[in-house]
Amino acid sequence: MNGLLSLLIFLPVVGTLVVLFVPREKPSVVRWVTTLFAGAEFLLSLPLWTFAGFRRSGDFFFRETHDWIPSLGAKYALGVDGISALLILLTTLLSFISVYASFTAITKREKEYYVFLLLLETGMVGVFCALDFFLFYVFWEVMLVPMYFLIGIWGGPRKLYAAIKFFLYTLAGSVVMLLAIIALYFFNTSGFLWWKGLGNPATFDIVHFQAIASSIPPDLQLWLFWAFFLGFAIKVPMFPFHTWLPDAHVEAPTAGSVILAGVLLKMGTYGFLRFSLPLCPDALASPARFLGLTSVGWVAALSIVGIIYGSMVAMVQKDMKKLVAYSSVAHLGFVMLGLFALNNAGIQGGILQSINHGLSTGGLFLLVGIVYERTHTRMIADYGGLSGVMPVYAMLFMVILLASIGLPLLNGFVGEFTILTGVFLADWRWAAWASLGVILGAAYMLWLYQRVFFGELTNEKNKGLEDVNLREILTLAPLIAMCFWIGLYPKPFFEMTAKSAEKIVAAVSAPHVRRAAQESAARLASAAPLAVLPPAVPAAAAPEVK
Amino acid sequence: MPFPAGDTLLILPELFLTAAGLVVLLWATAVSREGERGLAFFSIGALAATGILLFVSARMAGALPRSGFGGMFVMDRFGLYFKGILILVSIVTILFSLRFIGAASYPGGEYYGLLLFATVGMLFMASGTNLASIVVALELMALSQYVLAGYFKRETKSLEAAAKYFVLGAFSSGILLYGVSLVYGAAGTLSLAGIATAFAAPKPPAFLVVGIIFVACGMFFKIASAPFHVWAPDVYEGAPTPISAFFAVGPKLAAYAIFARIFFVGFGPRAGDWTAIVAASAALTMIVGNVGALMQTNVKRLLGYSSIGHAGYALLGFLAYGDKSGIGLWSVLVYLLAYAFMNLGAFGLVILLEAKGYAGESVDDFNGLAKKNPWLAAAMLVFLLSLAGIPPTAGFVGKYFLFSAAMKAGYFWLALLAVLMSAVSLFYYFRIARAMYLVDGEGTLHWREEPAVTAAIALCAAGTLAMGILPGPFVQFARTCLLPFGP
Repeated sequence: MNGLLSLLIFLPVVGTLVVLFVPREKPSVVRWVTTLFAGAEFLLSLPLWTFAGFRRSGDFFFRETHDWIPSLGAKYALGVDGISALLILLTTLLSFISVYASFTAITKREKEYYVFLLLLETGMVGVFCALDFFLFYVFWEVMLVPMYFLIGIWGGPRKLYAAIKFFLYTLAGSVVMLLAIIALYFFNTSGFLWWKGLGNPATFDIVHFQAIASSIPPDLQLWLFWAFFLGFAIKVPMFPFHTWLPDAHVEAPTAGSVILAGVLLKMGTYGFLRFSLPLCPDALASPARFLGLTSVGWVAALSIVGIIYGSMVAMVQKDMKKLVAYSSVAHLGFVMLGLFALNNAGIQGGILQSINHGLSTGGLFLLVGIVYERTHTRMIADYGGLSGVMPVYAMLFMVILLASIGLPLLNGFVGEFTILTGVFLADWRWAAWASLGVILGAAYMLWLYQRVFFGELTNEKNKGLEDVNLREILTLAPLIAMCFWIGLYPKPFFEMTAKSAEKIVAAVSAPHVRRAAQESAARLASAAPLAVLPPAVPAAAAPEVK
Repeated sequence: MPFPAGDTLLILPELFLTAAGLVVLLWATAVSREGERGLAFFSIGALAATGILLFVSARMAGALPRSGFGGMFVMDRFGLYFKGILILVSIVTILFSLRFIGAASYPGGEYYGLLLFATVGMLFMASGTNLASIVVALELMALSQYVLAGYFKRETKSLEAAAKYFVLGAFSSGILLYGVSLVYGAAGTLSLAGIATAFAAPKPPAFLVVGIIFVACGMFFKIASAPFHVWAPDVYEGAPTPISAFFAVGPKLAAYAIFARIFFVGFGPRAGDWTAIVAASAALTMIVGNVGALMQTNVKRLLGYSSIGHAGYALLGFLAYGDKSGIGLWSVLVYLLAYAFMNLGAFGLVILLEAKGYAGESVDDFNGLAKKNPWLAAAMLVFLLSLAGIPPTAGFVGKYFLFSAAMKAGYFWLALLAVLMSAVSLFYYFRIARAMYLVDGEGTLHWREEPAVTAAIALCAAGTLAMGILPGPFVQFARTCLLPFGP
């Protein structure tokens, strides 16, 4: 299976080159060529699902390493664990669906559109595959460019503003992350400022950095943590860095919104999982407080504010897409809270909920896009009584909406429940606040549904609306199937991430274990180290769903 | 003072290019307007031959570095690195000028001659190891530049640019010379090695610091860094566009070469005195350049301000003077190569946007370029991404090393300022990207295809991408071209 990841990264580039040679006058050829490549990409990513290694260990598999910039120590190093494999699968699935869903929505400059979509896919898959910090950063930035154009060329009326806002926000965060990467690099080798280096050979190897995490001094970890935080939190986006999201979502074309919500936001949470947690355990364990909260406390507080604030703002939106966009802020708040519960249930729930959010919010954007194509309005007030004219559409909308709310038997429930269990173990007050978000979530979604689908058909223009056609059903079907699958039988998904999550939990609890061992050694030599663990320590939490 | 005959070998390329410049001047008197293209191709050929001669004479000189003419001139890898790029820059400038000058109905002979003389000056600058030879070479370059800036003598803007450039340039030369005289007074010698020895003494005279500051000011003027940057946008705007492209890259690179040589080799022992000045100028330059560019609608002015901002980034490398790995110098070398590729490329696009002998000025002129010519638009996009420091382009690689150098030197706050300013810069660079891709409708001016310019742009785009995707060999090479320096 060697070379699979490179294939996944560069297949879309090949697709781009092929599309470039298709004459502009034949948009349907462009469409089908792109669909073919996106479909092939998805099929080629399936071995990541069937591969059994992820279920046995949290190591990285499918590894490839080639020298890239020898004088710097940067390598072309790829590899995936269960977490990144799931996210790659989500990426390839959503990219395929986005391509297929764009057939009628995009009517101008189609060639460029599909080229940018394919380039975007390369960037996204690359981010999840990279095991070298330099390479990771390159993919992380490369991805911004096609997204900028997707929003900027094919977006809504305020596309110019939204596109540059998206780009600048994300860039501002990621350049600070770049400084953190440079700091880590120098710390590993010769040191910088007042930090003495480890004197290791120069490298950007992420696995190596994770291994030396315990020798990074806590004060440096704290700086690194907050520098990474800025990069990832803007991407997630966490309150108060979320303001780019509603603009980008609302103005982006449907496929852009789907990918933005489905995959790009997940890069933030992925960044936290892959870098912030394993690299800065001492920063997380540090009892140092700022304005009464520890680092973890701050992240949790911002997540909770995000949940509540996002839900409340979603409640009052008049534009369907904007409502879904703000619901993303709330849902991602949930995911972040789960991750920062720092225990197995929270992290596993957070990962699964990332996937769930990709499926259900992606689905909601597709659904809004479908009706927008027919009526060219997304204002809730222009609808009402749609269930009469578009019954199938109403039903599909219902399923995905309920998945997003977190109704049992659907995926959202599994994710939210697992997160809440983990969060409860970490701090019951967080769980209490977060549950409030669950209620608000149900409220704004159901109210949306009521206003759009129930009641009298008030708008004359909506009388003759066509119901969904076969192509539209086909774009939604995989998402709905996945929602049910995860909702009914989440075990294989949890199995995918269990081992990696255990590794992360072990990494973040290492400082506690270390401190406890030191304390007990100081007090009485015979005491078992685990007995004096503080109550909030993760090791106590077992995965809830098995 | 007689010199060993072998020394002539060291300056053979420069001698050849001087002769070629004289030939062009003489030939220009005999040639008709139509024959001027021949002059251009002759100049390109002369430059290419100079490049080959550089290689040959470096081979024949034996072990490098080899010093000659009583320590006035040195042939070393550091100088050769710059000379290679400078010759490339001059060739690209002539490719840019081919039709631009012809269409504007100004005689081309003197133009190409002056360009060659300026190149000779730059080549000598890259190799000067004595303040006297450096200043003379600098003046040879600068005098040719003043004339070139005002070459479109019937255009008020061009004249204005030349006048401003001349007045400020002469002023800065005065400051530089005054600094040099103070340094001479303190050290008793003009040779950089001698200065270093004199300055390494525990108690050098107090006015020495004043001398260093004056020399630094002269350098800041030449690389257009704050607070001596004000001339750049005006001159770039007014000068004929190929000359703006040349100014933005060639003379600046040569100035960086003497800056590095004077400060690393000569003033190295006094690094404690000058790093603070350089840090302050770097911070100010990044802010002034990037913030100033935000409001520009004229592309040439925008690129002028952007090049000020880039001077600020490049100064970061100088701060890591003392680092044992040499990152301070090679980060600058890598960056300047990237800078040459991306800036020349961007100016090339401006030259294609031509009207009435003057290049397209406004950002709006780029409107809809992606539809009209997708390949040119894609090339411009690559240059813009590179200028903004987005991977996978040369600009990112260059900036990465400069930021690393600043961190390594302990200037964390400057590194932070630099990355934030580089995020700000995206905003104005992408005004052009927005015009090309996002704005519907047509640019007001019409595009004129010009194979020579397109070829030069393709070369620059290839360089920008190659350096961005596979930076390894470029970095490796730059690391072999360091100066002997260090505390």
